[in-house]
Amino acid sequence: MRPRPPLGNPFQILLLACSFALAGYAGVRLFADDWTAVALWLVGAALLHDLVLLPLYSLADRALVRGLGAARRREWTMYVRVPAALSGLLLLVWFPLISGMVDRRYRTATGLSADGYPARWLLITAVLFGGSALLLAVRLRRATKRRPPAVH
Amino acid sequence: MRRQRFVMGCAPLHQPLPAYRRIMRDDRPRLPSSPGFWRSPLRGPWFTSMLGLVLLVGITVLFVTGLVSYAAYNPGLDPVNDQTPGKGFLGFYLFAWPTNPHWLYRATQGLHVTLGITLIPVLLAKLWSVVPRLFALPPARSLAHALERISLLLLVGGGLFEFTTGVLNVQLDYVFPGSFYPLHFYGAWVFFAAFVAHAVLKVPTALRNARRRRAGQEPGAHAAAGEPLTAAGPGGGDLVSPRPDPPTVSRRGALWFVGGASLLLFATTVGQSIGGALRRTALLAPHGGADPGSGPNGFQINKTAAYAGIDAAETGEEAWRLVVTGRTGTVRLGRADLLRMPLHSSALPIACVEGWSTADQWWRGVRLRDLAALVGHDGDPPDVFVESLQRHGAFRRAALRANQVADPRSLLALYVNGEELSPDHGYPARIIVPAAPGVLNTKWVARLTFGDL
Repeated sequence: MRPRPPLGNPFQILLLACSFALAGYAGVRLFADDWTAVALWLVGAALLHDLVLLPLYSLADRALVRGLGAARRREWTMYVRVPAALSGLLLLVWFPLISGMVDRRYRTATGLSADGYPARWLLITAVLFGGSALLLAVRLRRATKRRPPAVH
Repeated sequence: MRRQRFVMGCAPLHQPLPAYRRIMRDDRPRLPSSPGFWRSPLRGPWFTSMLGLVLLVGITVLFVTGLVSYAAYNPGLDPVNDQTPGKGFLGFYLFAWPTNPHWLYRATQGLHVTLGITLIPVLLAKLWSVVPRLFALPPARSLAHALERISLLLLVGGGLFEFTTGVLNVQLDYVFPGSFYPLHFYGAWVFFAAFVAHAVLKVPTALRNARRRRAGQEPGAHAAAGEPLTAAGPGGGDLVSPRPDPPTVSRRGALWFVGGASLLLFATTVGQSIGGALRRTALLAPHGGADPGSGPNGFQINKTAAYAGIDAAETGEEAWRLVVTGRTGTVRLGRADLLRMPLHSSALPIACVEGWSTADQWWRGVRLRDLAALVGHDGDPPDVFVESLQRHGAFRRAALRANQVADPRSLLALYVNGEELSPDHGYPARIIVPAAPGVLNTKWVARLTFGDL
């Protein structure tokens, strides 16, 4: 006789059964119109994040740390990582406006122009990197000043 | 020494595992299923728990304000207000939407959208912090564990689905499969079902982890320092990398980083819900920056006359007639007839489901309850069914409840800020009701039908 797989915590099973019941009730309605497309979006969102977005930015970060490490400047990592991540985040969130892909609808619906978005995003990016570089420069300078004179 | 100074914050030191433990563990670094594949020294129960607790509060607020927004549409009043007629018991909590305070929807929906955008970095950081568990083997240790992992697909997929549809909708990027309302509403319930289960299972551990750190005894730090690691134990020690890279930032520093990212999104968004001079600070938000025009009609527009397909020939003095129907029959009123009725003023905002809003504008027009009285509803005005000249679009028709009609500030507005309405703001006449969502403030009104709906 094969050993039966363990059940685990019965409270957890009960809780998750309740959760699935509610999710199922809403899910039937969510999937009512175009279930394949909605399922694709729901599962696709998780897969796209976990298997594409996250590995991509992890690899970029690893490359940054390795690159700076090779240049013996590993301690500068955050000065590049922070502005790059913030700029990337803004691009991710406001991509439709920044990329201009909703340009026409945005213009006709709201009476506003979407022309300024890419420029504003670039400007914010410039300020982020500039501010970070300035901070690094100030700290480097301070560190040089504080360094005690060489003792012979 | 000199270089140490530039490491932001101070990181806990992780000693390498003793050799015998390294042999016991499956640390082949090429496979994400092996713990050794994950090298960040930041991952650990404290980091995950702190982010989880922020999301616990934040997502609860998002869910509640979302349900509130659904109630604000008065979906139970008439099918035209209801984008999700098949909701069943998911509308169990619905109530008659009040008209006080007049900024109510402005506040709840501004909070919903601004908080949602602000939480994106926290959500991403939280998912990053637990990603090793996605690949953990064996796939299921028990039935309960298998069910939990299925639930996590709903949690992560549902959460990302909600955030994505919301972010796309406020940017008018309607690429999602279907109408926004049912997708975001039913999606929210699927997500919330998984969220509640996850919270019940994890909050006790998260609170314990958060407290332990304060007492300086984080389980992760101990595990990394050589204490036994549980396979995927409830404590979260499994999140700690067994062979971490040297740190470039402390866990506390990383948390500040996430908080800073949230602050940046907040600061570049919130202005579109406050208006005035602060609108210009919403640098990337859809209704930030400059107003579409100048002067009395210069404030933000949801849908322009051109977008709604309003023909100027229909709105002219000669052509346009307002058809008002009630208990005593139907009257047809031109703009000149309306101007001969008693005109009243009210200062009310436009607040959109997309989260942006305007400061109070000064509207002037005929009270809805006076129009009701004109067709035989004296003293006790009923509900009203409003129809626009607009030929298509979900809210070209809208229903208002009796309490909204009865409010003395509810107007069929003809003027705004001392000037005639512009075509984009609904000339010749538009509805304006305190605390109602923007789309219920119908523009280019053609017909009002009073009576219980």
